[in-house]
Amino acid sequence: MARAATTADAFNAVAEPRRRQILDVLAGGERPVNDLVRALELAQPQVSKHLRVLREVGAVDVREEGRQRLYRLNGRALKPIHDWVKSYERSWSERFDEMDVVLEDLKRKEQEDVGDDE
Amino acid sequence: MSEMTSSGSAKVTLPTDTQILITREFDAPKHLVYKAWTTAELVKRWWNAKRGEVTIADIDLRVGGTWRWVMVTDDGFEVAFHGEYRELVPNEKIVTTEVYEGMPDAAALNTLTLTEEDGRTTMTLLVDHASREHRDGHIESGMEAGMQDALDLLEQVAISLR
Repeated sequence: MARAATTADAFNAVAEPRRRQILDVLAGGERPVNDLVRALELAQPQVSKHLRVLREVGAVDVREEGRQRLYRLNGRALKPIHDWVKSYERSWSERFDEMDVVLEDLKRKEQEDVGDDE
Repeated sequence: MSEMTSSGSAKVTLPTDTQILITREFDAPKHLVYKAWTTAELVKRWWNAKRGEVTIADIDLRVGGTWRWVMVTDDGFEVAFHGEYRELVPNEKIVTTEVYEGMPDAAALNTLTLTEEDGRTTMTLLVDHASREHRDGHIESGMEAGMQDALDLLEQVAISLR
């Protein structure tokens, strides 16, 4: 899980609330930068700065259409985050599967103890 | 990206920006689940997750008492956690701090609760990385801050990934 302290990382890219807001808006579909400026109520240079970080990690793609630059979400770049949660879930699942075995033993022992008392 | 959870697997959700919630049902009464969490010999049997050997499972089970669990993975990597018990309700609740020794500045507060119905136990483990200064200053905590949103997003774009 150790990672270099760089913004060129999906985890870091989404750690910033404004950038998550941008991703939220783009989850609804492709948007020109003006739509994002309006939705976030931020100045365009700030929005552009966040978009640059998101582009660096591939979380958004951009294409030109006429005079507009259209941004869209690329979910694939966020997959490492999804994978991290899944691997965390998996390691706990495996622990608890082991605990099931322990609990079966404990239940059996308790029943034997009850049997001994009778 | 399909739903992988069955009744027998742990479910991980991210209720807030700083929390991780793990839930699991066990086919055993809660006093046995509590025992499995608080008895060193038993922890050594389940905490390894089949990935290695639990070499140390120190437990001083009292409020203010400390615990330290160490696992050596099959490829020789040592993973160590320690913490201090903050609240203990026998068979029902364990509140403890938790520090991953690979990242000693980032302490979490864990709340384990056990509820029983018809001989089955529902366990919830809430891991709370409450320190804001960490969240703002550290990559790891930042990661958690973004995860739920990212997961929500991924659900929305799951179709495009197929």
